[in-house]
Amino acid sequence: MTTILTPTAEHTVAARDGLWMSPADAERATGWTLKPEGMCRAELCVPLPASALKPNEVDVAAFWQKLGGPVIASDQRDVWALGAPADERNAALEGLQAPDFTLPDVDGKPRKLSELRGKKVFLATWASW
Amino acid sequence: MWQQLYGELKDKNFMVVAVAEESRGADHARPWIEQAKSDYWQLIDTEHRLEDLYNLVNVPQAVWIDENGAIVRPPETAGSTDHFRRMDLKTRTMSPEDQAARLAARQAYLDAVRAWVNTGKHVLPVDKARAGMPKVTPEIAEARARFRLGVWLRAHGRAAAGDRQMAEASRLHPDAWSLWRQAADLDEVGKASGPEFWRRVQTLGEKPYYPAPKL
Repeated sequence: MTTILTPTAEHTVAARDGLWMSPADAERATGWTLKPEGMCRAELCVPLPASALKPNEVDVAAFWQKLGGPVIASDQRDVWALGAPADERNAALEGLQAPDFTLPDVDGKPRKLSELRGKKVFLATWASW
Repeated sequence: MWQQLYGELKDKNFMVVAVAEESRGADHARPWIEQAKSDYWQLIDTEHRLEDLYNLVNVPQAVWIDENGAIVRPPETAGSTDHFRRMDLKTRTMSPEDQAARLAARQAYLDAVRAWVNTGKHVLPVDKARAGMPKVTPEIAEARARFRLGVWLRAHGRAAAGDRQMAEASRLHPDAWSLWRQAADLDEVGKASGPEFWRRVQTLGEKPYYPAPKL
């Protein structure tokens, strides 16, 4: 099995030869759905080169690179990180709408930034190191 | 760290969200959180997701968000200053003048947050806020992905492979102190502020470690 790390989640899929996998696994790991037009999410479709498609298989590494996102494999090629494309991050930040996130508190309770809508939020980082 | 500020302002539709960039996890951050006796949100970010989303490079940094979820000030140093760079490394102390200046800068920053909450001061116009957003480059995007993989590998007993990914992340994004220091801390607690850290700080020359907020 292959582990895929996206910016917000971790998925285990049956992949081979890198990140060739079923369209169902590709959708689970990336949130994008294979359609005749390409890989689609909501209204947006990204066409895929023929080299990234086989019967009932899609090359998620090729797709992710087409999106402009980094694709990084562990030395053993069993764990892959799919990073957010720089353009996607920049578009979100330039839009000035605070990117939403869910993180656990110290006891594991999930907290979501957008639950605080209606308040001014001072969002600050710290670390023990 | 922010409890006094929060205590003063919490009845004014104000919230503090403090995010610990701690790949060692919640239990490692817990003593500091308990000591803070805070009643704002204290969240744990083992993968430095927030830094990826907001393009952050150091701690402490803060982003100011208004009632509608709009960013009104881009990421800025949250109350820390570069005076520490002049401290006597043997005694780990700063001169009285530097200590006073550091405290004054921190106070000025906290006063700015108060003024924002009370009067709306310091909100940047949209074009200025946008211009203040640090740009994500493809190198930074790759550094984030490698760091994410490195944290995962370390957490799964593959320290050497994880360290290689994190070292490459720091090489790709040398301005991200939090990537280098977190990796150093995962290697050994204390290393993030050890001799190698000081060597790196020295190579900054005239460049700031904590850029002052433009208030």
